[in-house]
Amino acid sequence: MHPLARIALALGLAFLYGPILLLVVYSFNESRLVTVWGGFSTRWYAALLADSALVAATTVTLKVALASASLATVLGTLAAFALDRRRLPGRPLLSGLVYAPMVMPEVITGLSLLLLFVGLGIDRGLVTIVIAHATFTLSFVAVVVQARLRSIDRSLLEAAADLGAPPEQVFFTVTLPLIAPAVIAGFLLAFTLSMDDLVIASFVSGPGATTLPMRLYSQVRLGVTPEINAISTLLIAAVSLGVLAASLIAARRGRAAGVPV
Amino acid sequence: MTTASPASPPATGHLRFERVAKRFGAVTAVAEVSLDLAAGEFFCLLGPSGCGKSTLLRMLAGFEEPSAGRILLDGQDLAGTPPHRRPVNMMFQSYALFPHMSVAGNVAYGLRQAGMPAAERDARVAEMLRLVRMEEYAGRRPDRLSGGQRQRVALARALARRPRVLLLDEPLGALDRSLREATQGELRALQRRLGTTFVVVTHDPAEAMTLADRIGVMEGGRLVQVGRADALYERPASRFVAGLLGDATLIPGTLGAGGAGERRALDTALGRLEGFDAHGAGPEGAPGLLVLRPERLAPRPDGELPGTVLDATYLGDRVMLRVATAAGPVLRAAVPAGGAVPEPGAALRLGYAPEAAALVPEGPVSAGAPA
Repeated sequence: MHPLARIALALGLAFLYGPILLLVVYSFNESRLVTVWGGFSTRWYAALLADSALVAATTVTLKVALASASLATVLGTLAAFALDRRRLPGRPLLSGLVYAPMVMPEVITGLSLLLLFVGLGIDRGLVTIVIAHATFTLSFVAVVVQARLRSIDRSLLEAAADLGAPPEQVFFTVTLPLIAPAVIAGFLLAFTLSMDDLVIASFVSGPGATTLPMRLYSQVRLGVTPEINAISTLLIAAVSLGVLAASLIAARRGRAAGVPV
Repeated sequence: MTTASPASPPATGHLRFERVAKRFGAVTAVAEVSLDLAAGEFFCLLGPSGCGKSTLLRMLAGFEEPSAGRILLDGQDLAGTPPHRRPVNMMFQSYALFPHMSVAGNVAYGLRQAGMPAAERDARVAEMLRLVRMEEYAGRRPDRLSGGQRQRVALARALARRPRVLLLDEPLGALDRSLREATQGELRALQRRLGTTFVVVTHDPAEAMTLADRIGVMEGGRLVQVGRADALYERPASRFVAGLLGDATLIPGTLGAGGAGERRALDTALGRLEGFDAHGAGPEGAPGLLVLRPERLAPRPDGELPGTVLDATYLGDRVMLRVATAAGPVLRAAVPAGGAVPEPGAALRLGYAPEAAALVPEGPVSAGAPA
C-alpha cells in the first residue's frame, strides 16, 4: 500500500473510532473526573449494578428489543416473501413502500407514530415502543431476507413441488431453511437497531417505560459521569456482537448452501 | 402410485398431447403439438434452445398450463392439476438437489411428502441409492459430491416415488464428455429395467439418437418430425432435420414429377439427379433439396457427380474427402480408411443410391412437415 494511502486509512479509522475508543478507555478510569486519568479500574462497572434506574432501563430495552425484533422478523420475512413473487402486480411501488421507512427521518417516523397512538387513544408505554420499533426495523429485515430469497435457485422450489410438496410445505421444508441465515441476521439487526434507538422511543414512550438510550441521554444532560462511559461501553459491545454475529451467520450459512453472499 | 414390475411392461405412463399450445404474451413458445407416447417408451424431444421443448416438458410437470389443447396421462386430462398432485417426476437440468439435506434426505423427500411410513421409506431410499450406486454417499451433503454423483442422486430422487412418467431436462448436459457417454448407457439400461415412460429434453442429436426409442424434433415451437433415429436420419422431412442429425451436403434444384413415397428427379446445377421423396417434398416444379450424406457417397467410375478432390482428411475410421464440382457445390464424401485415398487435385466421380438420398422441400423452415 502506498504510504499516503496508509495515512489516509489511519486518519479515516481514527475519525470513525477515535471518539468511541476514548469513551471505552475512560470507562476504565479510576478517577471520578471524566477528563482526568486516575489509573485503571472497573469500579464504575460495579457501580452500574447498584443503579436501580439504570438496571430498570436496561430491562426495558432488552424486552423491547426482543419483542420488536421478533415481530419485525415475522412481518419483514412475510413482506420479503410477498415481494419476491414475480407476478405480484405493482411490485416496484410496493417494495419502495416497504423500504422507504429506512430513509425516513426518525423524527418523522416518531412523530407520525405518536399522532397515531394518541389518535387511537392507546396508552403510551412498553407496547407502543415495541410497535414503533417493529415498524421501522421491519424494512431492514425485509431487505436482508429478500436479497437471500432472490439468490435461491427457483428450480429448488419447483423440485419440491414436483416431489409432491404443496406450497406451504415447500415454504417450510425448502424456502425457510434456505433463507434461515438471512432471517436470523435480520432478527439480530432489528434487535440492535431497537437497542440503539433514542428518537423514536422518546416520541412514543410513556411513564415507566424508559429505555437505556433515553436514560443515558437524560443523564448526560446533567453531566457526563464515568458510569455513563461504562454503560455506553457495554452497549457498544452488545451492538457490535449483534452485528458481527449477523454477518458471520449470513456468510457461513451462505457458503454451506452454495449461495454466494 | 403405481408399482411397475420390471418383468412386465407397465400399463400406465401413456401420454397424449392434443394440439397443445403455449403462448407467453405475444410469443408463441409451443404451437399446436400433437403427440402420442406409448407406456414405457423412451422419448426424446430434440431441438435448439428456444424451440419450445423445455416449455413442453414444464407443461407436463405442471409448472406451466397450456394456453390451448390438452395433455392426457393414461386418458386423464392433466389440466388444473398442480405439480405436487401429478404422478410424474422431473430431473432438473441443474439437478436442483436440496443443499440443506443429505443425499438420503433428498431421495426421501418425495416419499415423506407422500406420507410413506418410515420403515418403508428407508427401504425405498436404500433401494434407490443402490439403483444408482450411491449407497455409500447416503449421509453426504450435495455440495460434497461430484457432478456425476449429483446427477445420479437427482435421478434416484426423481424415481423414488415411482412416477408414471419421468421427465429429464438435459439430464447429461452438465457432465463432461467421457462421463456423459458412460451415463447414457446406464440411463438406457435403467429405463429398460424399470419400464417407466421417460421423456428427455436435449439439444444434442447424438444423445437423442443414443438414448431414445423415438425422437421428436422441435423447431420454433413446432414438432416438425417424429420418428426413430434411423428414420429421421435417412428420411428427414425438412432441411432443418437433415442438417440437425448428422453431416449432409444439400444440393438445391427443381423437383420433377412424382410425390411422397416415390423416387423423383431434381434438376440441379449438377444435372438431373435422383432422390427419394419420403414425406412429400412439393409439387412438380417446386424448389427442392437433395440431401447427400457423406458416407452414402462413394467414388465410382460411373458416378453421376464428377468433380476434383480438394483435400482428404484422415479421421481414423474413415477419410473425409471434399470434392469440388464444376457447378460450384462442394461435396463431402466419407471413404473407408485403409483403402486407396485420392490425392488432392485428382479428378473423381462420386455415385450414390437414389434411395439413400432424401428429397426435402427448399426453404429455411420446415413448412407443414407431417408430424
